[in-house]
Amino acid sequence: MIDLPDPKPTTLAARERIIAGLRALLPEGGVIAEALRLKPYETDGLSAYRQVPLAVALPETTEQVASVLRFCHENGVRVVPRGAGTSLSGGALPLADAVVIGLMRMNRILAIDYADRLAVVQPGVTNIGITEAVRGAGFFYAPDPSSQLACMIGGNVNMNSGGAHCLKYGVTANNLLGLKIVTIEGEVIEIGGAHLDAAGYDWLGLLTGSEGQLAIVTEVTVRILRSPEGARAMLAAFRSNEIAGACVDAIITSGIIPVALEFMDRPAIHACEAFAHAGYPLDAEAMLIIEVEGSIAEQDDLLARIKEICARFDPISLKISQSAEESAAIWKGRKGAFGAVGRISPDYLCMDGTIPTGRLPDVLRRIGEMSDSYGLKVANIFHAGDGNLHPLIMFDANDPESFHRAEAFGADILKLCVEVGGCLTGEHGVGVEKRDLMTAQFTAVELDQQRRIKTAFDPDWLLNTAKVFPLTAALAPAMPRAA
Amino acid sequence: MSALAPADEAEIAQAIGEARARATPLLLAGRATKDGILRPVQAETTLSLKNHAGVTLYAPNELILSARAGTPLAEIEALVAGAGQQIIAEPPDLAALLGETEGAQTLGGVVACNLSGPRRITAGAMRDHVMGLRAVNGAGEIIRAGGRVLKNVTGLDLCKLLTGSFGTLAAITEITLKVLPAAETTATLVLPGLDAQRGVAALAQALGAPFGVSAAAWLPRAQAARVGELAGFAASVALVRIEDFRPSVLYRGERLRALLSEFGAAEILDEAPSRAVWRAVRDAAPLGPVGGHDAVWRVSVRPSAGPGIVAVAEGLGGRCFLDWGGGLAWITAEASAETHRAITEAARAAGGVWWLMRAPAALRASLDVVPAEPAPLAAIARRVKAAFDPAFILNPGRIHVGL
Repeated sequence: MIDLPDPKPTTLAARERIIAGLRALLPEGGVIAEALRLKPYETDGLSAYRQVPLAVALPETTEQVASVLRFCHENGVRVVPRGAGTSLSGGALPLADAVVIGLMRMNRILAIDYADRLAVVQPGVTNIGITEAVRGAGFFYAPDPSSQLACMIGGNVNMNSGGAHCLKYGVTANNLLGLKIVTIEGEVIEIGGAHLDAAGYDWLGLLTGSEGQLAIVTEVTVRILRSPEGARAMLAAFRSNEIAGACVDAIITSGIIPVALEFMDRPAIHACEAFAHAGYPLDAEAMLIIEVEGSIAEQDDLLARIKEICARFDPISLKISQSAEESAAIWKGRKGAFGAVGRISPDYLCMDGTIPTGRLPDVLRRIGEMSDSYGLKVANIFHAGDGNLHPLIMFDANDPESFHRAEAFGADILKLCVEVGGCLTGEHGVGVEKRDLMTAQFTAVELDQQRRIKTAFDPDWLLNTAKVFPLTAALAPAMPRAA
Repeated sequence: MSALAPADEAEIAQAIGEARARATPLLLAGRATKDGILRPVQAETTLSLKNHAGVTLYAPNELILSARAGTPLAEIEALVAGAGQQIIAEPPDLAALLGETEGAQTLGGVVACNLSGPRRITAGAMRDHVMGLRAVNGAGEIIRAGGRVLKNVTGLDLCKLLTGSFGTLAAITEITLKVLPAAETTATLVLPGLDAQRGVAALAQALGAPFGVSAAAWLPRAQAARVGELAGFAASVALVRIEDFRPSVLYRGERLRALLSEFGAAEILDEAPSRAVWRAVRDAAPLGPVGGHDAVWRVSVRPSAGPGIVAVAEGLGGRCFLDWGGGLAWITAEASAETHRAITEAARAAGGVWWLMRAPAALRASLDVVPAEPAPLAAIARRVKAAFDPAFILNPGRIHVGL
């Protein structure tokens, strides 16, 4: 278990008074304090880490969020924001002396505007819920993390979530127009709105992906896009990772940006095929799923261009889907990848580094060597267009030694990502999981710069403490003095 | 008035560190083509990054380019064009509009001001494509943000915070951009004779269609007359651009023409006139020459509110046109506090924002050149400024008084 800061004795001692204070601020049933009912909040998508919180508050309005934060601020109580709890980096892991603020009751869609192509939603609306609300008019919300059935837009904003289609449509930050936030002091502030671009500092850009370090998001204005006429996938299998990587380069440099370009290595192909029976070629070392959009004729044109490029790389097989059903079958294995790996291994860690795409073959080779030396299997899934690598490290959670090895293996992979010019996390966030690796990517000066920004928003470091930044004796850095 | 123009980052850091020690304000510049935007800076010393130039990385297969801040934008545009790629946000060259030297602007200037062109409506702003930065903060410390990969959520996103911060937080020394393939060809649908309301409705219909529109603008008759390729219409024009492979551009042009038929018969401009038209729109050339007694505003509102801004601007005797599907109004009118109040109140009433892009210095010094922030946010802004620039020496007052 990773180090967490010592609970504040004064907060633990005042537990009953804090719970009573919160109950006075929220409607009936808005505070959870019983041990049994706190249990579901002890962890998130990174279930290896667990900590029961002091209490859970479930506000239903921005004003209630503001009053809870004001109360916590006045009483020096730490706060952990939570949406659906799907974070893979432990972003919603509680602290023993923290109040979890669950935003799931704020789950209404407040406005949809097709003329200006936006929707205003509360943070507890699920990612897919936005698309479902606008699908009838032919629109969709573009970022599509794998957890989109469950994950909530408030969490997406805080983690700057991506998805398989962000090569074309961008990540959360590229699809937002405005936020309503509440500061730790309980001030409600509107950022952006229905217009493009910030006059003054880009608070929207800074808050997106800030992992609950700066404020709590209570309203989100997202851009909605018109769905394409159609989409179709193809599958290309190759004799080596190097060849598949070279093929990706050739596609990109030819001027085609597919809407998705997914890479799976041999272990991932085998795991997914055993699970989904998608017809993946089991003799391939590497496989690409390539998706294009447009009318049928446009799909034909693009797929023909891509097929011609793939054919230059001695493919084992090339399969262009002829229908929506065939496309769905091609995607079925990839989308079920996590479940598929879960079937062959009791537990796995899903890593999330990004690398310069040209370094893929080299990085996969070194991950393979690490796999041998750690004695743990790994399957690699890769958003090939944008360099986001998801190694799934398989281990047995009932064996603590196996878990520690998996963690060390994961850390080595992420350090390798940084070493080759990449970064620790492409879309899952730092959370608690990668907190202590931040020194591999940033200098002390750079981390202090980021920490001072947190202090500017949250002077007492009450918001989502112990995430993102390595623990230091004094949580907040010294502010530099004017000369 | 002294001027420093060091060639390397260590010297830039040293100059800022010394200025901090003496608490001397610095005016940060590249080639100084954007000094007239927002508020004038009171500083004895100019620190120019124009000599800190050069492309340091270009990997077309990875869609990544890095260059030092002083690199002329034109040099980068030519380099990526050579590989069939482009800067995604289509940044404008506002030199003519601002009365400066054309073609001289640097990458650092475009990023520091977050300037984006017509493609912003569908492909994002400069800030969306800044993947990494190197910068020197007001304490003279070198910091890096982001990286050289396309997807990165490691730590706070300082790339977005510094982009568009007009040099008030740090001197950006090097920038890593995502680039994309340039389309094989382009075409533009022109719908003549629509007033602003109908024009923006047509743009909304086009942008809400599944045909990959990449830009959408509306020009009143007088502004269309200033663009050679549009003058022949002798009417206001709604413009819809498509950029893609040739078969797609042909197909989508026809589908859009049919879809928009209720707005009249669209004429389709092919590649060469299309490029000329959108270059003019990008650079705000349809506003025409701006005199010494005139000011220029950029107003961003929800697209459907654009026609209301046009009405206010024209009521003031000004000239204007709309880009970004109606959401970006470019306005020129008499430079006065009264005109400014009328335009900014209209923007505020529509829930939007503004930038005073050009005006006499005395006027710029006395107005809210961008909207004032609510008190709690202004307090945070001041603390964030101090977190980067403890002695408040970098471009003081450039955006807000006292910041």
